[in-house]
Amino acid sequence: MSAMLAALPFMPLISFMILIVAKDRLAWRFASLISVGALLFCTIVSLLIAQRVLSIEGEPIRVMLWQWMQLDTGVSWLPISFSLVVDRLAAVMISVVSGIGFLIHLFAAFYMKEDENFVRFMAYLNLFIVAMLFLVLADNLVLLYLGWEGVGLCSFLLIGFWYQDKKNADAARKAFVITRIGDTSMMLGLLLLFTSIGELQFERIDSAVIQQWSVGNETAFWVALLLLGGAIGKSAQLPLHTWLPDAMAGPTPVSALIHAATMVTAGVYLIARTQSIFMLAPEVMNLVAWCGALTLLLAGITALAQTDLKRILAYSTMSQIGYMMLALGAGAWSAGVFHLMTHAFFKALLFLCAGSIIYALHHQQDVFKMGGLLKKLPIESGLFTIGLICLVALPGTSGFFSKEFILGHLWQSPTAGPLFWWLAIIGALLTALYSCRLFFLVFLGESRFEGELHRLTSRGALLALLFLAALSLVGGIWHSQFNMPLLQSQELQMLNQSILTANNATVVPTWLHTLAIATPFIGIAIAWVLFAKYRRSFEQPLISVNNAWVRFSRAGLGFDYLYLFLIHKPFVFLAHANRRDVLDQLLMLLSHFSLWTKDAILPTQNGSIRWYAAVFALGLSAYILGWLL
Amino acid sequence: MEIVPLSHVLIFACLLFVIGFVGVVVRKNTLFMLMCLEIMLNAVGVAFIGAGNVWQQADGQIMFILILTLAAAEVAVGLALLIRMQQRWQDLNIDKLSELKE
Repeated sequence: MSAMLAALPFMPLISFMILIVAKDRLAWRFASLISVGALLFCTIVSLLIAQRVLSIEGEPIRVMLWQWMQLDTGVSWLPISFSLVVDRLAAVMISVVSGIGFLIHLFAAFYMKEDENFVRFMAYLNLFIVAMLFLVLADNLVLLYLGWEGVGLCSFLLIGFWYQDKKNADAARKAFVITRIGDTSMMLGLLLLFTSIGELQFERIDSAVIQQWSVGNETAFWVALLLLGGAIGKSAQLPLHTWLPDAMAGPTPVSALIHAATMVTAGVYLIARTQSIFMLAPEVMNLVAWCGALTLLLAGITALAQTDLKRILAYSTMSQIGYMMLALGAGAWSAGVFHLMTHAFFKALLFLCAGSIIYALHHQQDVFKMGGLLKKLPIESGLFTIGLICLVALPGTSGFFSKEFILGHLWQSPTAGPLFWWLAIIGALLTALYSCRLFFLVFLGESRFEGELHRLTSRGALLALLFLAALSLVGGIWHSQFNMPLLQSQELQMLNQSILTANNATVVPTWLHTLAIATPFIGIAIAWVLFAKYRRSFEQPLISVNNAWVRFSRAGLGFDYLYLFLIHKPFVFLAHANRRDVLDQLLMLLSHFSLWTKDAILPTQNGSIRWYAAVFALGLSAYILGWLL
Repeated sequence: MEIVPLSHVLIFACLLFVIGFVGVVVRKNTLFMLMCLEIMLNAVGVAFIGAGNVWQQADGQIMFILILTLAAAEVAVGLALLIRMQQRWQDLNIDKLSELKE
């Protein structure tokens, strides 16, 4: 088992290397065979491992590959090893990453078949999975950081895959720079943690912080805050969320991968993994909950006004990650990770379906130019609708189970509470609203698209979609797995017990569950009336409402402008003001001075020996005269 | 025999030296400059001889012989230089030899 675990991240790495070296010399058939095959291997291995680890008496599996480096703690040398560990949390994550990754690879192999840089694309996708696997399997923070940065790099490469268009390259750079802000914060957190407790291996960190720090410890607060900074950068939460909608510039399978299996889940994973530190800093947990709740609402509102199909989905991802953050902030670690898993299922499905719809409509992404696709593209539409049902969390679907799970924890949690429950309910209502709007605009009404549809007819891609749809529908059956805590250390459980059930006195109203279940239906009912125009599309051509509020909301509630004026403009202004480099000028004075003196005394060196003799004599006689007097 | 007072000798030597030096600075022709250098050397020689005479010591005369040797060596080098200059520029203008300034 441990040999398989050791091979898990290296299989796609080997595939990546083969593809990147061979480049265009490789035929489509071989390239897709290698890359998808590597992922198939990963999926099988991951599922086997997960089955073993997630069973009732499952023990974590570890494998140490090699010692990486030694760090000086001031007292002794702390070995940092390149070792992988699969506990319950990692088992869930590797299953999601490899499983969803495999299906997306399969889809991408057909979807991107005609792209001239197909091999490069598959190579990057593989590398993405490698980085994510390292991130998830790491048994210490340093190795996790390696994966973390690898994920950032791959997202940059893939978002800017069609870099020939400047817009795409800009989006890639934006994603890279904004996540970099988070990464810096995480790096600082890591350093602070290392200098304060001198441990980087997860289980040792857990026991060390629990022994050394009490609840509310100041260092714990700062470490948790800095780690949270990293998490919100990667997971696209407020206020570092602006890169995610622009990341739609990449090919659709990339969006699916970023939104479902990799990248944005990294932040959630990080917080779940370092939960011991977060539990010792309840203020930061509260902040996590606030980040999640605000992002959830903001993204919901913004999604209501978008016109681009992929952007709607992007904002919905933000809002669903907001749910996960909210769960983590409330201390419902398992619920957050469960939602991560179910969200991965249906978001991958939604994105891949959106990809095939956009492909069929000749790269038309504007939902106002679609309409009536239920009749024209029945299979894709059906699958997309399944994804939407899960997103809205209608009872029975996977999204329902995970969302209920989260909502169930919020009311009682000492770091969240009823207010957050209400925010989450409003979020669920918004989810139902924008999902219905999307559904009405794209699938109902009359077709507003002229021209031949070209369908994605390959069976492999369809197979991937069907698998994802099945997972989205029945993903809830793994619900029971998440009733057990994902990190099993004894100390952690005690801490969990003592902190998160501190004030269990809060009475839970009986109507809580009824309302939570009813919310999506209420949302759908409101949407039915509110978006009747879109549903029937009796107005031709159909145009979106375009008042100031909608425009404001379409632009992501102005965050881009805020950053433009708050950071970009002042920076450019300062850079412009300092274009001659004030400090440099001070140093240049020295050079100016020596240049000036050179000019002043240069004429004396005229090469004329008679001058030299005369001056020499003059100087000598002046000297003697001075000496005599 | 009436001895010429030392001050006279020194004044004469100084005059001779200054004449030689002014010649070195003023003349452009290298040949004349060499001759002026000789004058300067001889002025120093006169000063040595005069001083040696006052103290009745042979040192002054020894120094003069040394100076003569030096002058001979200097003339040898100087004349060689002159010949090269003549070959190269067909001219003995010392200002032509200013290429080392940069």
